[in-house]
Amino acid sequence: MSKLSNILLACTALIAVAGCAKKRPAVLPPAPVDTNAPVDPNAGMNNGNVGGAIVPGSDADFQRSVSSNTVNFGLDMYDIDPTARAILDSQAQWLAKFPNQRITIEGHADERGTREYNLALGDRRANATKNYLAAKGVSSSRMTTISYGKERPVAMGSDDQSWAANRRAVTVVLN
Amino acid sequence: MTRSILGFFPSRQTLPVAGDRSTHGNHPGGGRGPIGKVDVTTRNDHSAASPNWAPAFAGVVHLVGGRRARSVLASVGLLAFVSGGAAYAQDAPAPQQTPADPAAPAAPAGDQSGGLVVDVTGGISAPMPIAIPVMPTAAVVSTPAGSTDVLGRQLSEIVTNDLRNSGLFTPLSPGQLRPVSFPEVTAPGFEYWGSTGAQALVQGFIRANGDGNLTVGCYLYDVSSKAELTRTGFVVSPSDWRRAGHKCADMVYTRLTGEGAYFDSRVVYVSETGPKGRRIKRLAIMDQDGANHRFLTNGQSIVLTPRFAPNQQSIVYMSYLNNRPAIYVYDIGSGKQRLVVANANLTFAPRFSPDGRNILFSMAQGGNTDVYRVSSQGGTPQRLTNSPGIDTGGSYSPDGSKIVFESDRSGGQQIYVMNADGSNQQRISFGGGRYATPVWSPRGDLIAFTKLGGGFRIGIMSPSGGGEKLLTNDWQDEGPSWSPNGRVINFYRSGRGSGGKADLWSVDLTGVNERKIPTPLDGSDPAWGPLRP
Repeated sequence: MSKLSNILLACTALIAVAGCAKKRPAVLPPAPVDTNAPVDPNAGMNNGNVGGAIVPGSDADFQRSVSSNTVNFGLDMYDIDPTARAILDSQAQWLAKFPNQRITIEGHADERGTREYNLALGDRRANATKNYLAAKGVSSSRMTTISYGKERPVAMGSDDQSWAANRRAVTVVLN
Repeated sequence: MTRSILGFFPSRQTLPVAGDRSTHGNHPGGGRGPIGKVDVTTRNDHSAASPNWAPAFAGVVHLVGGRRARSVLASVGLLAFVSGGAAYAQDAPAPQQTPADPAAPAAPAGDQSGGLVVDVTGGISAPMPIAIPVMPTAAVVSTPAGSTDVLGRQLSEIVTNDLRNSGLFTPLSPGQLRPVSFPEVTAPGFEYWGSTGAQALVQGFIRANGDGNLTVGCYLYDVSSKAELTRTGFVVSPSDWRRAGHKCADMVYTRLTGEGAYFDSRVVYVSETGPKGRRIKRLAIMDQDGANHRFLTNGQSIVLTPRFAPNQQSIVYMSYLNNRPAIYVYDIGSGKQRLVVANANLTFAPRFSPDGRNILFSMAQGGNTDVYRVSSQGGTPQRLTNSPGIDTGGSYSPDGSKIVFESDRSGGQQIYVMNADGSNQQRISFGGGRYATPVWSPRGDLIAFTKLGGGFRIGIMSPSGGGEKLLTNDWQDEGPSWSPNGRVINFYRSGRGSGGKADLWSVDLTGVNERKIPTPLDGSDPAWGPLRP
C-alpha cells in the first residue's frame, strides 16, 4: 500500500474509534434493587437518578410525587384510617399515570408482638393497603405483597413513637 | 457407605474431622448417628475377649455415633467385656460386680441404698453436693480429639457443667477434688469423698481403642452407703467424644432424679448480629451446652423459627430467600434444602409432627392466616383452621393426636387446642391478658407459651389451661422451647432501645435457675432437639 493509503486508513480508523467512543445514554438503566430487603425510603431518592435527574415512573419519582409511600396503623390494627386514605389516594393517582409500573407493598409490625403473629399482621396490613388501592382502580395484577413482620423496623427505639412508625405498609415501585 | 456395627442400627455417613466447621452445607456431620443399644451378657470367656477392652459392665453398653467397629468386634458378635478387667495393661482391679441382671434397667430413683434422691418437685431447694473428679486414662494416647489424659479432664468438666447447670447439683470445686488413680475408678476412696461433703460421686475412665474409637466408662456411687448405684460404658468416635460426657451426665441425672435425660441433645436457633434495623440472621446449630457450634446459612436471607425433625436429620424453617418468605426443609447432612409448599405467597411458623411425616405450618392468603398441614415430603397442604382471625404457631402433643395453636379470633391472641385433623377447636387460655407461641412439652403434661401483658413472659399451663404459672419476668421473653425431658425451657430475651439485642436463655419449669446460654453472637428462636439416640 502507498503511504497515503496508510495515512487515510489511519485517519479513518481514528475517526471511527472516536465515533465509537461511548456516549452517556440519555437514560441510565435503573439502579439494582436489593432483592432481600425493603427499600429504605431515605435511600430511595437515588434510585433512577441520572446526574440528579429523576426518571419518571421510578420509585424515586414515586416518592417525590406522592404525599407518602408509607401508611401507618394502630396497635394490632390493619384498617386504613382517613390519614392513610389520603396517602393512598395520592399513590393511586400516580399509579394511574404510570400504568405499566408494578409495585410491591410491604407490611410491617412493631416489636411488641410475637414473631409469627407479626408476620401475619404485616400480611394483613399489606393486603389492606393493596385492597384499598385496588378499589381505587389500581389493577391487582400490578401489585404483590410481602410481610416482614417485625424484622425490619425503621425506628429503633422502644417507645410509642418508634412503635407507631414501625406499624406501617410501604409501597415500593419496582423498577 | 459404612456398614452397621453388628447390624443393630443404621449406617452412618463419614463423620467430620473435629475442627471442620464449614458454614455451608456439604457437611456430613448432621444427624450424628444413633447409638446401638446392645444388651451385653457379661462373659467370663477370656478367649473371646479382646485384650484391649475395658472392665466388664453388667449393664447396657451404648455405642455412641454408630461408627463401624473393627472386625474383631464384629466377629465376636457382641462386645465382650471381660469380668475381672485383667486385660488392662495397667493393673485395673476387677470392677465391682453388681448382682443385677445385665438386661435389667436402672433401678428407679426411689429404690436406692441410702435413699439418695434429688427432689425435683416444688423447686430446687437443696442441690445435691456431688464429686466429679478427673477421669483417668489407662494409657496416655494421642487421638484426633486430643490426648486421653486431657480428654479425661474435659469429660469430667462436661459432666460437672451439665449437672451444675441443671440447678439440681452442686459439684465440688476443683480444689476439693483429688486425682483418682486408674484402679480407684472401681474402688473409690469413700472416706475421702465423704469428708468433702459430697453425697454422690461420679468416676470414670477413658481409653483409646486400637481402632480409633474411644471407650468411656462412667460409674455413679452413693458416698455414705459406699455403694455403686449404676454404671454405663460408651464407645465413641473421636469427633463424638463430648457425647460420652453428656451421656454420662444423663446417666447420673436420671438415676438420681428419676427424670428423663436431656444433656445429650442439640439446639438449633437463629444467630443474630448487626444493627436493629437490618439484623443479619443465620441458622446455627450447637450442642445444648454451647459446644460444637456451627452456622448453617450465610446470612444473606432473613431466616426464622427453625425446628428439628424428630429424626434430627433435617430442620424445617422459614427463609426470605429470593424475597419470597417460605418454609424449607434443610438437610443437615447434605446442606441442601427444598421448598415445602410451592406457589404460596407467605408460609411460615413450621413444625414437624412427632412421627416426622407431616409439617404443621401457617399460610397467609388474601390477608388471612390459617394453620395447615402438609406431608413433610411436600405436596398439597391440608387446611386445619378456617377462622377470619390470625391462626398460627401450631405444635403437636407428643402422641400426635392434638395440636395447640394461637388465634386472635376472639379479639386478641389466645391459646387453642384441636384434634390433629382440625376438629374440636377449643380455647384453653382464660387467665386474662393475651397468650402466644404455645409449645407442647415432650412429656405431654404442660404447654409453654409467651404471655403478653406489660411485658412478654414465659409461662406454662396444663393442656386444659389450668395451673398457669409464669416463669420469667423481664421486658421481652419470647418463644419457649422444651428440653427433651420436659424440665427445662429455652427462650430468647430481647433488650430495649436501639441497642437492644436478643439472647438465648433457659429456665427450669419451676421458674428457677434462669441462665443465659452462651452463643458466639446474639440469638433468637431457639428450638431444642430430641435426645440423641
